[in-house]
Amino acid sequence: MNKEEIIEALKTIIEPYSEDAAALAQIDENTDFIKDLKINSANLVDIVLDVEEKFNIEIDNDSMAKMLTVKATAEIIAQKSKANAG
Amino acid sequence: MDNRVVITGLGVCAPNGTTIDEFSDAIRQGISGIRHQPDLEALNFSCQIAGKPPLSEERISQYFTPLELRNLNSTGILYGVIAGLDAWKDAGLNIENNNEPDWDSGTIFGTGTSGIDKFRWAINKIDALEIKKLGSSVVIQTMASGVSAFISGKLGLGNQISTNSSACATGVESIMMAYERIKTGQARRMLAGSTSDSGPYIWGGFDAMKVCTFKHNHDPEKGSRPMSATASGFVPGSGAGALVLESLESALARKAKIYAEVCGGHINSGGQRGLGSMTAPNPTAVQRCIRAALKNAGIEADEIDVINGHLTATTKDALEIENWKAALQLSDCSFPYINSLKGMIGHCIAASGSIECVASILELSEGFIFPNINCEDLNPEITALIDSKCIPQTAIHQPINILAKASFGFGDINACIIFKKYSHE
Repeated sequence: MNKEEIIEALKTIIEPYSEDAAALAQIDENTDFIKDLKINSANLVDIVLDVEEKFNIEIDNDSMAKMLTVKATAEIIAQKSKANAG
Repeated sequence: MDNRVVITGLGVCAPNGTTIDEFSDAIRQGISGIRHQPDLEALNFSCQIAGKPPLSEERISQYFTPLELRNLNSTGILYGVIAGLDAWKDAGLNIENNNEPDWDSGTIFGTGTSGIDKFRWAINKIDALEIKKLGSSVVIQTMASGVSAFISGKLGLGNQISTNSSACATGVESIMMAYERIKTGQARRMLAGSTSDSGPYIWGGFDAMKVCTFKHNHDPEKGSRPMSATASGFVPGSGAGALVLESLESALARKAKIYAEVCGGHINSGGQRGLGSMTAPNPTAVQRCIRAALKNAGIEADEIDVINGHLTATTKDALEIENWKAALQLSDCSFPYINSLKGMIGHCIAASGSIECVASILELSEGFIFPNINCEDLNPEITALIDSKCIPQTAIHQPINILAKASFGFGDINACIIFKKYSHE
């Protein structure tokens, strides 16, 4: 899965957690989950669970702490998926 | 400050009706909401019948966002939110999405336990070494105050937000607490109520105590038999009842519909002394509670038109009547009408008091007395105490002025509240 595909898949995961339709329509790499999408910080752990399930990867606590933006999340997904494949 | 307190909104999620119109119609006609429960049968329960509010997915989706529903596994929160929001709307109050909370409105919404199915799921995950998979939804659904937290968030309430818990007295207690907060001028409006989860994990403990009937698995609607000679234990129920309490001043100022007035009440305990125990009521305490409620409300015993009893359909029903009789000290011919909603909906545990208060308020405001069902064979111990005409078996349509409602709970605790028809002066 390339970066664009990861971001597309990520958008679908994130959508239910934000009520800000305008911000959702403009998601890009730099989107911040809390600042831009107004996602409740308590839901970040739920997004991580959805990501784990969708990409069939496991995310450790350190990586989880970094997953605050689309870019950082996509990078962690790519990295973990690669580790899986290797 | 001593405000008069009135009821301006009602909501209900009961086994025999999940809207006020449906419920009002059901209780007038004596319609039972007790059904056979295949899950209880599969789990070898002795009592395989129970009362559960029937709710469609479509109805539920009107009260919760898709995200909330995703991991929602707490029937108590479901029932409480539906009854609570309906009561708010019934009171003619808006659900506004302001930035500013409504500082003058709060909620006391009780429960016995919250999200028991969610709790079970979480425990299984933890034991399977999958702690991480719990996600963010366990705490908010299993904390006892989950129901009041959900309700207050949806309504934007900015006054006291709390959940009381006093076993089967929870519902009446929540209304008393809300009443006192408004009476003393600390809030203008309080949403009072209580809720109780459905299912085997909430009802199992009662089944094991052998306090539920096991004789009616094949005729569920006949199973809950308060005051009957063949009463053989209670039928477990579930649901929620909700009432908007408001200062009379506030209700009049916004020209709200006023259902009834809360005159006062009392809460006490028998201290598990004398004849009282963890599970049995101390009769002295019950009688004191009723008398103190009347005194607090400024009402004389002979003014009571109807008693809405606790009357669960166990051997304790006759003792309860004896207690009412001793407390009121009325001649046999002047004992008020008495009824129990549990014949129709079972014993909704923590929700029983609030659902039964909703029924009581409907009786006062619409002028009827709902029938007692399943007591065509009245318990002779009861008819030795009061005339059988005090126990109506068909609906009576007549104006009533004063209604006394009591609930008694494990832990030897009692709550009694006095409602009065509001005469639109």
